[in-house]
Amino acid sequence: MLAIDTSNMDFLELGKRLRETEEDTVLRGCLGQRFIAAGMKRRKLEIHGIPGNALGAYLDGADIEVFGNAQDAVGDTMNAGSIVIHGSIGDTAGYAMRGGEIYVEGDAGYRAGIHMKEYHEHLPVLVIGGKAGSFLGEYQAGGMIIVLGLHTDGPIVSNYPCTGMHGGKLFLRSDCKDILFPDQVTARPASAEDLKEIEPYLRQYCVHFGGDYASLIGSPFTVVTPDSRNPYRQMYVAN
Amino acid sequence: MSMLEGQIRIPSGCAISAVISREGRRMTGEKIIESMRPMHERSNGLGGGFAGYGIYPEYKDLFALHIFYDGEPCRAACEAYLRDHLEIVKGEIIPTRKIPSITDEPLIWRYFVTPLRSVLASRQLDENEFLARIVMHINTHLQGTYVFSSGKNMGVFKAVGFPEDVGEFYRLEEYEAYCWTAHGRYPTNTPGWWGGAHPFALLDRTIVHNGEISSYDANRRYIEMFGYKCTLQTDTEVITYIADFLQRKQGLSLTELASVIAAPFWSTIKRKPTEEERLKLSFLRKVYPSLLITGPFSIILGFEGGLMALNDRLKLRSMVVGEKDDLTFIASEEAAIRAMEPEAGNIWSPAGGEPVIVTVKEGCY
Repeated sequence: MLAIDTSNMDFLELGKRLRETEEDTVLRGCLGQRFIAAGMKRRKLEIHGIPGNALGAYLDGADIEVFGNAQDAVGDTMNAGSIVIHGSIGDTAGYAMRGGEIYVEGDAGYRAGIHMKEYHEHLPVLVIGGKAGSFLGEYQAGGMIIVLGLHTDGPIVSNYPCTGMHGGKLFLRSDCKDILFPDQVTARPASAEDLKEIEPYLRQYCVHFGGDYASLIGSPFTVVTPDSRNPYRQMYVAN
Repeated sequence: MSMLEGQIRIPSGCAISAVISREGRRMTGEKIIESMRPMHERSNGLGGGFAGYGIYPEYKDLFALHIFYDGEPCRAACEAYLRDHLEIVKGEIIPTRKIPSITDEPLIWRYFVTPLRSVLASRQLDENEFLARIVMHINTHLQGTYVFSSGKNMGVFKAVGFPEDVGEFYRLEEYEAYCWTAHGRYPTNTPGWWGGAHPFALLDRTIVHNGEISSYDANRRYIEMFGYKCTLQTDTEVITYIADFLQRKQGLSLTELASVIAAPFWSTIKRKPTEEERLKLSFLRKVYPSLLITGPFSIILGFEGGLMALNDRLKLRSMVVGEKDDLTFIASEEAAIRAMEPEAGNIWSPAGGEPVIVTVKEGCY
């Protein structure tokens, strides 16, 4: 694996270095450089330190693993590939994702998974190990968001989850008794069939971060879906 | 002809950061300058600045006025005005370093002053109000003259440039503060000029701000009814005056201040567990509706002996907090905290509208 010491390297230079080769690469001493691996295709990238905003934006097949926390807008509009964060993640993780997978060991900030979408076999998946901030899955149009609520005693998600949701599925490992959902979505206990859908992703989570799959899948999950194909009909105008 | 900055709209964000020692241990400005480097892209070179608390211990009972002058005639006029109201214990040019990245600087002076007792008595004002009125008068009526720092044992240093360069320009390695705040500016709606750089200050309160106040004019119209004048051509200024008004004049606590400017939604208030909380939050929203600040913001309010960080209630800007020993770090990005302290722990992101208040141990500042 090619190794790059990124100390005192600005994002332009780092981007240039990464594009000089297609070899798998490990970055050390990362400190806030933006746009790392933006649009990058098939290769492995290992990151030590704190990558900057928009890590893996438009990612197109590369596999990124971060040993540390990540900042805002990870996987913005990503298309394919995977991002694994051994830590927590800032705001707007997986913004408008349309393919690929993101695994976060810890918590996610505000607006995780907003505007996610899917098309045929392109199914984006965002797995959050800890808790999620407000506006989780806002305007979700497709794909799957899974929140596990591990390592936390607070509510699994803050205010206004699923606002404007009109597609996809959101799974919360909780009975969600205290969570207020908007009128246009349905939150119900996940059935055995629902759980089958998330099985491969929970197993993958345990592969990345350890943890006991049986106890994860054994806990109650709530699944949230939009009410109908057009839940916002007549919300603003009579149409 | 190409458009000048200020005639075109440049969209983007800003960078903020802060470090404070809860033990009152004083640090040179180098650490806070380091924090701005990994956030370089958040600024565009049109403004940078710092506030340091505890930097003038030898003059700690005097107000320190930092003033920009457009030229010598402005200085002469202002000093005459100052002498009519204040005893000037010391007046001097603020030492700067000539560097190619900072140009077109105004005259930059500082004065250590105390109100003339006879004038103070005849006005029947306390000295803070007296000083605040002098600052407002100068900034409104004396052309080409801007007081950009006016507290005791603290000071603001700001300029047009990238924050790292501004720190070098003002030789911040020569000052020691128990609390530093910093700002890198990327002006969006208003021109980048020296007076428009952050922090914005009145008495010991300073604000650094990343965001854009949608409610600016509503806030401005309200606050100007109480003797404040917004003269610095940018939205952040009004937050400083709101903090001064609600705390110094209305006697609100920091958490109450946060509940006014980042008031929770009515639907959130309704879901608060205790009646007392619901009543208090409703009361503050109803009494100060015009001081609700809408639009995206993350701010750090500095004051004598502490600071408060706050996000707008929707948290439309990022903010991260970390700790190491007696130090608390706050910044727009975790990378900035790691630049100050690679081993910082307890990293977390406060929720929108949730104030983070850090104070220095009593008697240590």
